[in-house]
Amino acid sequence: MLTVRRFLNTLGPGTLWLIAFLVLPSLVMLAYSFLTRVDLARVGPPWTLESWQRVVGYDALFQEWVGDNLRVLWRSVWVAGLSTLLCVLMGYPLAFYIARQDARRKNLLLLLLIIPFWTNFLIRVYAWILILRPFDLVPSLAATFLGMVYAFVPFFVLPVYASVEKIDWRLLEAAEDLGAPPVRAFLAGVFPQTLPGLVAGIILTFIPALGTFVVSDILGGAKTALVGNLIQNQFGQAGDWPYGSALSFLLMGVVLLGLWAYARTAGQKGLEELL
Amino acid sequence: MRRTHPALSAWAWLVYAFLYLPIVVVIVFSFNDSRFGATWAGFTTRWYGVLFARADVREAVAHTLEIALLSTVVSTILGTLVGLGLWRYTLRFRTGLTFLLVMPIVMPDVVMGVSLLMFYAFVRGLLERAGWTFDNGFWTVLLAHVTFQISYVALTVRSRLAGYGRDLEEAARDLGATGLRSFLHVVLPLATPGVLAGALLAFTLSLDDFVVTYFTSGSGFRTLPVLIYTNVKRGVTPDINALSALLVLVTVVAIIAANALLRPRRSAT
Repeated sequence: MLTVRRFLNTLGPGTLWLIAFLVLPSLVMLAYSFLTRVDLARVGPPWTLESWQRVVGYDALFQEWVGDNLRVLWRSVWVAGLSTLLCVLMGYPLAFYIARQDARRKNLLLLLLIIPFWTNFLIRVYAWILILRPFDLVPSLAATFLGMVYAFVPFFVLPVYASVEKIDWRLLEAAEDLGAPPVRAFLAGVFPQTLPGLVAGIILTFIPALGTFVVSDILGGAKTALVGNLIQNQFGQAGDWPYGSALSFLLMGVVLLGLWAYARTAGQKGLEELL
Repeated sequence: MRRTHPALSAWAWLVYAFLYLPIVVVIVFSFNDSRFGATWAGFTTRWYGVLFARADVREAVAHTLEIALLSTVVSTILGTLVGLGLWRYTLRFRTGLTFLLVMPIVMPDVVMGVSLLMFYAFVRGLLERAGWTFDNGFWTVLLAHVTFQISYVALTVRSRLAGYGRDLEEAARDLGATGLRSFLHVVLPLATPGVLAGALLAFTLSLDDFVVTYFTSGSGFRTLPVLIYTNVKRGVTPDINALSALLVLVTVVAIIAANALLRPRRSAT
């Protein structure tokens, strides 16, 4: 049984910390999105919907709906989506390859996967400048994709590998025994078993890809600005905190909505397994 | 079961080549005797000398380590307690708590960074009325790092304990151990590998973090990732290659050491 005292001894301090530094800042952010920009990095009354109008495409200067921001949001979604798809194509077979080695080789291959994963993110992105510059590819959209896939593919492979490890291969054999051609046997006997890992991998790739401003900033240049760059700019040069808050809140909303949908289908256990 | 199709092996090696190409390039160019990295102009170690002479690099390394060490200690204590609580109690608000723990992991770091930036500004505004003030720097970064580390520690500890029932702890209590004693002598030793793994994860996350630090650090306080970012934005210089090569080396050594440390324990359980 959980009493107040026991709560304070175990769950309490951490929970209170997260409420103080995660929930409260989110609420402050929400409040700021309805305030007005006073000057650089300062906000104040009057309360207004203007930032949210801008998020959905209203241009305050021309007093009309132009949809520039919607284009940035849409671009972010498809850039993140395509990057995720490339990670799937690249990483899904790799997870199988690793899982089917003997124990020693498996450990070595995992270690080789973790080394780039644990190497500083900025350095991994920056290293591509060195490679792509001679080909005149920095900045470009292609370089952004390359950087995204490179940075996020280990995030994808690790959860998929975890579920490939647990596969009951007898189902594949059973399907083959029953006369299914290899592709069908795979689709019926193996693929469904990797779905939890696949979904977790896609989520863990898509979300950072959606939010990044570093990759597109370093490798993409201004032409390929994503919502992350737009947000960063509101807290840097543009100094428009209400608008930046609204954009951030929208991004967070999209992520939480996706997570909520995932939790609804995968349940509490699925939510915990995502980690 | 161990047969793999040659095409699958070839694919795997291509992916590995892709993962290691930039790392190799960075290391090679850190020994390149040319101001502009693109062409090879002979072997040199002078960029390492240039790097070590930079006071801003030394200062950033110190800041990075201070933040990482201190935030790891705080988040490991808080996260371990949360992990234990999750394991020990059946909770009515379990889903809510899981969501709270998942949030720092799935929230895009730019959102976390800017929300903390605004939160600090808001708190500063309140404190100014009481005649107090503070600048963003060491403390604001430290608090931010602990916030994203807690969840990782809690979840590592919880998954480590997931295999155990509560009977061992109850047995200790039945034999007359106080709550604190049974915690220190029974529960904590069971959780220790998870606590260590969580602390290691928290430490690396702190070392690696750029985005949250960037938004919460103010202008006077720089960690290594922030320094690298500002340098890369200004234009690539060869001493950054040397710095990157060193960081890769540190990573490799740390991972191999962690692997060696954790392996005997793993086989013992």
